[in-house]
Amino acid sequence: MLSEKSLAEIARERAKYPADQARSALLAALRIAQEEQGYLSDAVMEYVADLLGIPAIQVYEVATFYSMYDLQPVGRHKLCVCGSVSCFLNGSDAILQHLSERLGVGLGETTADGLFTLQEVECLGACKDAPMLQVGDHYYGNLTPESLDALLAELRGGADDVR
Amino acid sequence: MPCWRNYVGGPTMFVNGVTLQNRGLPDSHRLSVYAGTGGYGALRKVLLDPMAPDQIISEIKKSALRGRGGAGFPTGLKWSFMPKGVTGTKYLLCNADEGEPGTCKDRDIMRYEPHRLIEGMIIGAYAMGASAGYIFIRGEFVEPIHIVEGALEEAYAKGYLGQNILGTDFSFDLYVYRGAGAYICGEETALMEALEGKKGQPRFKPPFPASYGLYGRPTTINNVETFASVPDIITKGGDWFLNLGKPNNGGTKIFSVTGHVQKPGNYEVPMGLPFKDLLAMAGGLRPGRQLKAVIPGGTSTAMVAGAAMMDVTMDYDSISKAGSALGAGSVIIIDNSVCIVKTVERIARFYMHESCGQCTPCREGMGWLWRVMHRLENGQGREEDLQLLLDVGSRIEGRTICALADGGVAPVVSSIRLFREEYEYHIQHKRCLISMGVA
Repeated sequence: MLSEKSLAEIARERAKYPADQARSALLAALRIAQEEQGYLSDAVMEYVADLLGIPAIQVYEVATFYSMYDLQPVGRHKLCVCGSVSCFLNGSDAILQHLSERLGVGLGETTADGLFTLQEVECLGACKDAPMLQVGDHYYGNLTPESLDALLAELRGGADDVR
Repeated sequence: MPCWRNYVGGPTMFVNGVTLQNRGLPDSHRLSVYAGTGGYGALRKVLLDPMAPDQIISEIKKSALRGRGGAGFPTGLKWSFMPKGVTGTKYLLCNADEGEPGTCKDRDIMRYEPHRLIEGMIIGAYAMGASAGYIFIRGEFVEPIHIVEGALEEAYAKGYLGQNILGTDFSFDLYVYRGAGAYICGEETALMEALEGKKGQPRFKPPFPASYGLYGRPTTINNVETFASVPDIITKGGDWFLNLGKPNNGGTKIFSVTGHVQKPGNYEVPMGLPFKDLLAMAGGLRPGRQLKAVIPGGTSTAMVAGAAMMDVTMDYDSISKAGSALGAGSVIIIDNSVCIVKTVERIARFYMHESCGQCTPCREGMGWLWRVMHRLENGQGREEDLQLLLDVGSRIEGRTICALADGGVAPVVSSIRLFREEYEYHIQHKRCLISMGVA
């Protein structure tokens, strides 16, 4: 169900913990599975449970607890706009509105072409760069309508930050 | 690189001189650059000079270093709680789950000074007899994660980590653990649960981590900035560090100054710096604006009125006297252009979102606070709502396993106390005092 590369990566994570603590590798295994498959289906969660030798319920409860796991398919680029206090004070609502208008989607929705999902998230720990957002592995700060348009163009042009 | 600088409107002072001292150097995250500025000298000193573990702990105690993650617990005292003479593994953890709104300092230490953190942890592990450690970094911090992982590889290659460090019989393994998105994992026992592959829900204490921590083993956990302060304390002495600040408030502290300032950023300054000087360093307010309120230690700490804040110095004792807390040093500046009710509604949403759901007063109460704040903000407030918020708050505080709920109550209660007329205006006029241009 997962590629050799992903399995090797999970094995490397597994090796960080004592022999009797396979469960410690669970968060990493779910991240790696999601990176490969785009989201966490029931099937891949059960596969991870078998891989680590733990009950599937332990996998579900972790997958539903943490905010970085997607249990449904999302767009190729997840735009996670920070809406916590420092970003709010610096106009994060206008950032969200601009993106919503440009993409024609509301919060939590994905564009028809499957390219973008728009989300508002809580504090990402980059408050001095407010307003900011995360796309894939990268943070983008001091956002303006112009810099957002440039970012969207870059991502539409095939820049691959996510998977 | 310790920099004595003169900021406009402020005194000449020791700025960015400890945990961020190499930030301005190219490739400051590389071991070669760190070593070139004396890096890993403290580790050589403790292992080869050598210093006994007790000597290290008493030096840390002398420095008056207190936990930089928010609680401010004396670090040396915490280290002395680790049991001696036990068989089996003892663990050392680093809390790099930085998530308190307004806090963005640990990210910069990891990006610019990962080796200072690593060296501090190795010294701590030696002082406490820990043989394995994990740096728990929030999952969104992908860039810092890669930088710290690269630094660990460099440190292993140089023999600073692994078996028989620097040819001694001391061995220590250190790994990165990636979180997956949950503010509550910044709570130390929730972090341990997450590290064990579970939901991050805080444990009831006691037992404390020093006796029952990760995997039930003796464990010590400190914040990134705390560990990164250790190498210079060892090299230059506890007294040196203490004297940078003031008694009981030793050393320097990074303040993340954000919100309505012209130059938001991380400023590492001596403890006890007047707030007005810190504000000036951060470029001051925007033209024509007035200081309305300050949240001095991250959103879990009480709001302080702008005028009162101008008399405060930036240290644990002074901010506590002003009715708030230094917390993680996350100074959120709020000017008169924004509505307090809307701001606090936004803060309340955070706590509702981040409650782990374990304790009923928090799981239900954070939602209650937000819903009442939300209707106030949206012109549907009722006369009794302010009393309702205070009552709900008083029934939450002190009734939960961890401090998240207390942190969610603090901004609501403190802002009602300071800005009652803004709340009342919302209720009576069904609209906002600020956006109507009345204030």
